[in-house]
Amino acid sequence: MLAAPAVLWLLAFMVMPCLLVLSYAFFQRGTWGGIEYTFTLDNFAHVFDPLYAKIFLNSARIALTTTVLAILIAYPAAYAISRAPRVRQPMLLFFAVLPFWSNYLIRTYAWIVLLNREGLLNGFLSFLGYQGEPLSLLYTETAVIIGLVYNYLPFVILAIYSTLSRLNPELMEASRDLGAGAIRTFWRVTLPLTLPGVAAGGVFVFVLSIGNFVTPALLGGGRFQMIGNLVYDQFLTANDWPFGAALGMALIAIMVALLFLQARATSHASGERQGEAT
Amino acid sequence: MKTRNGKATSYATAAFLAVSLAAGTASSADLVISNWDGYMAKDIAETFKAATGLEIEVVNHATNEEVMGKLMAGQGKGYDVVFVSSPFAEILNHQGMLAPIDKAAVPNLANLYPEAAALAYDPGNAFSVPYTWGTTGLCYRSDVVKTAPDSWMNLLQPSDDIKGKTTMLATDRWLMAAGLLAKGYSVNETDPAKIDEAKNLLIEAKKTLLAYDDTTFYSKLVSGEASLVHAWDGWCNYGITENKDIKFVVPKEGSDLWVDTIVVMKNSEKQAEAMKFINFILDAKNHAWAAENILYKVPNKAAMESLDPKLIEQYPNMGMSPAELTKYELLRDLGDAQKDYSRAVSEIKAAN
Repeated sequence: MLAAPAVLWLLAFMVMPCLLVLSYAFFQRGTWGGIEYTFTLDNFAHVFDPLYAKIFLNSARIALTTTVLAILIAYPAAYAISRAPRVRQPMLLFFAVLPFWSNYLIRTYAWIVLLNREGLLNGFLSFLGYQGEPLSLLYTETAVIIGLVYNYLPFVILAIYSTLSRLNPELMEASRDLGAGAIRTFWRVTLPLTLPGVAAGGVFVFVLSIGNFVTPALLGGGRFQMIGNLVYDQFLTANDWPFGAALGMALIAIMVALLFLQARATSHASGERQGEAT
Repeated sequence: MKTRNGKATSYATAAFLAVSLAAGTASSADLVISNWDGYMAKDIAETFKAATGLEIEVVNHATNEEVMGKLMAGQGKGYDVVFVSSPFAEILNHQGMLAPIDKAAVPNLANLYPEAAALAYDPGNAFSVPYTWGTTGLCYRSDVVKTAPDSWMNLLQPSDDIKGKTTMLATDRWLMAAGLLAKGYSVNETDPAKIDEAKNLLIEAKKTLLAYDDTTFYSKLVSGEASLVHAWDGWCNYGITENKDIKFVVPKEGSDLWVDTIVVMKNSEKQAEAMKFINFILDAKNHAWAAENILYKVPNKAAMESLDPKLIEQYPNMGMSPAELTKYELLRDLGDAQKDYSRAVSEIKAAN
């Protein structure tokens, strides 16, 4: 019975809106915008048009790069935090999530201030004696990826930290007793056992990145279209709600599939561990 | 203008759209008016009340699209007077959502330039009254650019010294207009082959572009990040305010004419009061506020003539005459051809 409010919540705020959006995808755009209630599957067919498929793939590539970089930065950070004295760990975690207390847009604008041609980074370079053309970092794919990694990093740190901190230290001791060095212990014991945290953080970043539309618009200068921008444009500029709905549904399908795979991997991993314990 | 408050703001507000849709429409005011933030005098409610005894409530929208969403969802209920750009006024009229303008109740219509009463989307101001108008062109740093630009090609195929230092408007109609005009076509072109030609030109142009920018292009000019930008006349003025070397020019191939209008909803129960409000806005003193404060031209002869000549000296595009302005082509709603534009713009934005 306890689950009933949760189910109602999901129905009202997740399932119903999704079904509503999904239903739009089966109709046509009216000549003057709006929705014309004539059944069609064209919108879904359009999603597979090479142009939009290219934008999907491009978004996936950017999201994947972001995910890999975020994990590479977050793992050592989470590892360092989990190795710090217990009393200091809450404070270190607090610092890791502190940027989240400011608005996403403001944090993204801050990168514009840092990266633009007349910005702080170039100013610092010329202060150091650099005399060439200022670096054009803003409005590049690199800037978009920097922005995404920066914004989602705390999620990955937290996810990885949570598995690292739950790791039984006796396992590491056992590994050392059996003659494995620090590096070998890390590769053979620590890393495999914390992979569920890496996967959870990774899926999180990937899902958030692939649907992001603010960062590509601001740091990419609109020169890099991601699927989120495409959906946004369909709804608000082209006034083509049915096609926007179809694109949105395709995006949601990708996310749900990934979250499902991640959940399976996690339960598989925990099942394995329980198996080992018995 | 379509994205007066910019895309970034609208990204943020889009998230709250659903919430505002659900928000109540009950109001104790006599009139509910939806306008862009900062597009009317802040004390308009007080001055209007002093003049007519009527209470108004001003609601803000960030974009045309946002207010259209609200109007479509409730058939315009809860709003009496709405400020939208002309293609959107056209759509609302096609949907049968607008009340006719009661000429007898709006004597100040006589203040409008004759050109403003003859705009093709609504000749005779049957369902809309123009509030501001202007055009789109090139805004540039005259102290940096070697030769003063005079053609869309200066933007689309920039000389070596300004490569990587140009920006273009991101919103589809204006982005496409630059390509179409450069090719000698109409800003409302619906022939797919010609749309395609413009698209290819714009894909080439992307290689030399710093960014697509609807909101901060004038500050990029001021900071020196950009040297030549695709700009609305009124927004170029914001750059001129900060740097005297910034200049505005309409390319020789021509440009568009954009008009922001005032409309009254058919479902409004306060149409007579709404007409009084429109009449109040068209009063020379009240209408001049827009020119003086947001630096947009207003289609009101009496208001424009009341302006301090220094304003036009500082912002030369403010002095553009209605005859000059109406030479340019009105942006019209494209109907089904909008899909071709959207696709072309997606291709441009997705091109490497």
